[in-house]
Amino acid sequence: MSTSDTPKRSLRTPLGRVRNLGAAHSGTSDFWRQRITAVAMTLLMIPALVIIVMLLGRNQVYAAQTLSSIPVAVILLLFIFASAWHMKIGMQVVIEDYVHNEKLKLVSVMLNNFFSVAVALASTYAILKLSSGV
Amino acid sequence: MALSIIHRATGIALYFGTLLLVWWLVAAASGPAAYAHVQAFAGSIIGRLIVFGYTWALMHHMLSGIRHFIWDLGYGFKANEREALTWGALIGGIALTVLIWIVAYANGGGR
Repeated sequence: MSTSDTPKRSLRTPLGRVRNLGAAHSGTSDFWRQRITAVAMTLLMIPALVIIVMLLGRNQVYAAQTLSSIPVAVILLLFIFASAWHMKIGMQVVIEDYVHNEKLKLVSVMLNNFFSVAVALASTYAILKLSSGV
Repeated sequence: MALSIIHRATGIALYFGTLLLVWWLVAAASGPAAYAHVQAFAGSIIGRLIVFGYTWALMHHMLSGIRHFIWDLGYGFKANEREALTWGALIGGIALTVLIWIVAYANGGGR
């Protein structure tokens, strides 16, 4: 990139001007976290499916007992944490791609954060409540 | 292939589908009456269709995501490789969904 198109002479390098910018103003951190959470969920998929299939058609007492066992609770907590984070990033990418009105975009991104955190917290609370047996 | 839009669509479906997961867990923590509601819904025809669709969306999104991983690592860019990955994700997603439901029914999902 030449400096001829810059109106004023500046000591800032082209790299310095773009650093820390990008659509999300957070560089590639979301890209990386989206992939970490995807790998985590792929690894947790089989244990998570086994837990759900085990509970099919069982009553609440059996379900509560199973969900409160430590390995089951930890697997589900990890899965939920990874899912909530992954879906928050994924939906933000979709919003940034399709919502062009700046205010509507900010509101959508905010609602996306609220929804994802609410999903994570409600599920986590339920599992911890079952695990503590109250 | 238009698979990238299916990846997005399944992602969006899974996003809202997490409400079912939340409902199930919160109901389990709430007590037998709340849990019975979830079971009645999930066991109904509509409920089963939604959960079946959710299973497919999850399996397809996972396999399609693995396809993206392969690309992220710098492999699979040749035309025939891209075709193979795309069909692999499409067929694999359906196959895994059917497999999971067979296992689920064998394990008492029909109760």
